[in-house]
Amino acid sequence: MKQLEVKILENRKIAQDFYKMRLESPYLAANTKPGQFFEVKCSESGDPLLRRPLGAHRILKNGIELLYKIVGRGTVALSGKNAGERLDIIGPLGNGFTLSRAYPVLIAGGTGVAPLVALAEELTKRKNRPYIIIGARTRAHLLCEKELAEFSDSLKVVTEDGSKGPRGLATAVLEKYLSVSGPRVPAIYACGPTAMLKAVAGIAGRKRIPCQVSLEEKMACGVGVCLGCPVKMKGKGEGYKMVCKDGPVFNAEEIAW
Amino acid sequence: MVDLSVKIGKLKLKNPVMVASGTFGTEYAALTDVKLLGAYIAKTITLRARTGNLPPRISETASGMLNSIGLENKGLSYFIKEKMPELARLGTPVIVSIAGDDEGEFVELTKKLSAVKKVAALELNLSCPNIKYGSREGLLAQDEKATYRIIKKVRAATSLTLIAKLSPCVTDITRIAKAAQAAGADAVSLVNTFPAMSADIGSGRPRLGNVTGGLSGPAIKPIALKMVWDTYNRVDIPIIGIGGIMNHKDAVEFMICGATAVQIGTANFVNPGSAIEIITGIKKYLDKTKISKVKQLTGSLKIG
Repeated sequence: MKQLEVKILENRKIAQDFYKMRLESPYLAANTKPGQFFEVKCSESGDPLLRRPLGAHRILKNGIELLYKIVGRGTVALSGKNAGERLDIIGPLGNGFTLSRAYPVLIAGGTGVAPLVALAEELTKRKNRPYIIIGARTRAHLLCEKELAEFSDSLKVVTEDGSKGPRGLATAVLEKYLSVSGPRVPAIYACGPTAMLKAVAGIAGRKRIPCQVSLEEKMACGVGVCLGCPVKMKGKGEGYKMVCKDGPVFNAEEIAW
Repeated sequence: MVDLSVKIGKLKLKNPVMVASGTFGTEYAALTDVKLLGAYIAKTITLRARTGNLPPRISETASGMLNSIGLENKGLSYFIKEKMPELARLGTPVIVSIAGDDEGEFVELTKKLSAVKKVAALELNLSCPNIKYGSREGLLAQDEKATYRIIKKVRAATSLTLIAKLSPCVTDITRIAKAAQAAGADAVSLVNTFPAMSADIGSGRPRLGNVTGGLSGPAIKPIALKMVWDTYNRVDIPIIGIGGIMNHKDAVEFMICGATAVQIGTANFVNPGSAIEIITGIKKYLDKTKISKVKQLTGSLKIG
């Protein structure tokens, strides 16, 4: 983990409310794992005050790429930055995904697709191309289809309104896929809204398939100091773990959904 | 060469800049040089472990943030066994912040911590807005008599330097500070977060799991500053100023208005190197204004 002033190489709108930002940093390129994140200072003016946690979307040769949605003052400020400007960033933070040799089944909902692109790329590098399911509310919210197709021979796309791919939920596709057992033992990697992750955790639990979920929470410090981003653990007396330090990737079975 | 040292009770600090309880951790050692800090104030510990409050625990507001952590900590024994040895190696004085439901718990925490090597001082957290102090309505630091009683008992139990951390949510903070002084506190730290809240009109729900929380950051600075100034004019013990200090100018402002030292809190989250940059900034300010000792700043506000 380092605090760096990195150069913005590109900051581009890719869809309604969605931006991609490419940053130059050989250090982050060499030290970031899929599933890790960064604390980004969106404004130098002190407004907004806190950094914003953003996941690694791509890990490139000379830097990293972030994919973010405009949700409030922080991301609005970030979207106003131009190529050539510097960005104050702390990272890489968190644990990242633990990769196994099992057959990777990736499932993303909405913006949850962002960190799974880096994961799919890494799995492909390890000659373990994943099965991927991405779901979105509607066609306009569907992200990264093209990038993911590069890293998967079986990419399934669903939308809740049927505007792209079959109409339905990503979790239904997952359940259907897992009901036909293939020759390889699967492992699930999921990122998306809490309701989706809870459903994925339920499916994985019933089928006894290892499942890692990447969580999102409001953060202040991002490193485990402020204890501001708790997630409740299963089991009596287990209490909370911190999304920033103990996660953001957790084994689905650990969490008290 | 300017003299940055200050004295808080028996504790001599190499500079007046500390990091506030709950806002700094050894995790930051990778990003900033912790041993340069005037002092390190550890996250508040309680006798028994506390799981803390329901999420969400953080929400940003205009020029500030709300938190409602609820003093999550693993309890006294864990702290002494697992945490303190690591803190003892930081190379800067470690002040331990403690909170109890009542005077009995405060005294027990004090006695046990007084026997631990390298504990430089105790800060009594009488003012956390996110917990319930036993069966009491309100905060300990909102009750002059309770503040006096607890500090008096703790004073009798230790020879360590005692700092009382007070709440801004009182009618007259100078009365509480005077009670703390009369009971034997070596210093007061002003102020803890302001009880506050925020709601999301989209969902109709509070933005914090605990509904209410504490406000910190630049938003509270002018209010905290006045409390320091008022208290400076009424008590003789040193005041440690806290409240939205983001840079050395804010720190100097607090000192001019009566603070002997300062604590940096929210700024650490924005920039983990804040406290160290503030120390450098104060030094440059003193050089530039030809003031040889940082102590000379305290209460130097020119009126009239």
